[in-house]
Amino acid sequence: MSQQKPQTVQTTGHVWDEDLQEYNNPLPSWWLIGFYVTVLMSLIYWMIYPAWPVGKHFTTGFSTVTYINDKGAEKSSHWNTRAQLMKDMNEAALAQKPYFDKVTATPFEQIAKDPELTSFINSAGKAIFSDNCAPCHQSGGQGKVGHFANLTDDDWLYGGTHEKIQESIAKGRHGYMPAFKEVLNKEQLDNLAHYVASLSGEKADAAKVKAGDALFHGDAAACYYCHDNSGKGRQAMGSANLTDKIWLWADVPGQDSDEKKIEAIRLVIANGLTRGVMPAWETRLNPEQIKLLSVYVHGLGGGTK
Amino acid sequence: MFNFKHEWIEKNVGLMLIATMIAISIGGLVEIAPLFFIKETVEKVDGVRPYTPLESRGRDIYVREGCYLCHSQMIRPFRDEALRYGHYSLAAESKYDHPFQWGSKRTGPDLARVGNKYSNDWHVQHLIDPKSMVPPSVMPRYPWLQTTALDYSDIAERLKALRQVGVPYSLTQGEYDRNVKDFGADVAATLHIPDAQKNLIAQAQSGNFDGDRSNVSEMDALVAYLQVLGTMVDFSKYDNDEFVKFR
Repeated sequence: MSQQKPQTVQTTGHVWDEDLQEYNNPLPSWWLIGFYVTVLMSLIYWMIYPAWPVGKHFTTGFSTVTYINDKGAEKSSHWNTRAQLMKDMNEAALAQKPYFDKVTATPFEQIAKDPELTSFINSAGKAIFSDNCAPCHQSGGQGKVGHFANLTDDDWLYGGTHEKIQESIAKGRHGYMPAFKEVLNKEQLDNLAHYVASLSGEKADAAKVKAGDALFHGDAAACYYCHDNSGKGRQAMGSANLTDKIWLWADVPGQDSDEKKIEAIRLVIANGLTRGVMPAWETRLNPEQIKLLSVYVHGLGGGTK
Repeated sequence: MFNFKHEWIEKNVGLMLIATMIAISIGGLVEIAPLFFIKETVEKVDGVRPYTPLESRGRDIYVREGCYLCHSQMIRPFRDEALRYGHYSLAAESKYDHPFQWGSKRTGPDLARVGNKYSNDWHVQHLIDPKSMVPPSVMPRYPWLQTTALDYSDIAERLKALRQVGVPYSLTQGEYDRNVKDFGADVAATLHIPDAQKNLIAQAQSGNFDGDRSNVSEMDALVAYLQVLGTMVDFSKYDNDEFVKFR
């Protein structure tokens, strides 16, 4: 319980409910001194940092920031957050420089032989991958059947060498397959679907497979033009290998009956594909980040020589 | 001698109101008004243009669905933001936004430079069911965007309203010619209000943002808007410290 104050302190003169009064104490001196110190501090801040508008400009303050720009020129500016950012980026880049220089200088096949460099690539690569690639290709690179390629298997639309992965990341990709419902009738589409299913060992009707084979290698559908006579695709144009059990667009493994599997294939042939778009990352990431990322992606499990 | 007593203000609500307004106005006048006169406020930069009719309708949907409540469009000049989102936002990049969508809450990531970062297909799937693309996401689903036809009957009126507040959409031949000079013929054509409906449909058809060419859906508009965010300025044309001098 607080002690009753001595009656020497003045009251404000108000009286409520007969005896309820309000002390008129002065502000505590520690508080008042603190207040004047903050006022003084603001004067110092005004002198150091950008503060007051003057005509069409403003007082910039005495504080300066020195940084190096991307042309390598050393520049100095009055203190501001944009210049400070440049300086922060400079310092961080300097700390990472020995590693990134090594990434740039080391040929792909040598990188795996350097444990320190590999461990840097694994941690830096994971961060870059999570920020930029994981929304589509998922956090482990397993992709999404029907939408985004799996990066952990050894089936590559555009090639799985370090160089090809690097090219895919930097330049982006735009997959395209025409919609064959424009040129083929329903029966022909069905025959083709049976043939494509048979290529990877799925159950299919033998007669339809034979008819589909003729369409695939004939000029009406001319599938061989992109997917090759062997059906294994051509990586130079990004056409899929139809002979393995790995599916990107038609969710064949996800279907519970043979009819549905063939229907899934038929739909892709009928409607074609225009949505297989990988953005170009060279505008967002710098070349050394892209090289690092291609080593990381290569190392997710599917990289080829 | 004039004897000021604080009690006067405390006991007079009218006086208190006026004094409060004066105090706040000083803050506004000192902090905000000079920005209209300081020439570095809005950076001189190429490429910033008003939204096309389709993007503009996408922006309306962005506002309607309250995207700004969880997503900011303002990359601040800090290292962590530069690494995750890209170049900091410029004032010039939102000079045609009325109102701007800077936001102040990031439950989701900043979207100021989301344009061209993901494919249209990703945006469509992600808006229909965010968890299917990003498992830990807490974003709600917006499946109706794909199935709802876009109402663009009043697009000309909407652009006229924006023109009224200073966005250079053109109504007359003179304004159109000025836009050709300022933005080039291709962009100027998309800003011409008499052609707004035609341009909107054409962009939805050629862009095929929602993966379905048979109609113009709200998804078309929203994805078109998201895909242009932060892409208007080509930063490769500038030194990376070009915009320091504007502060």
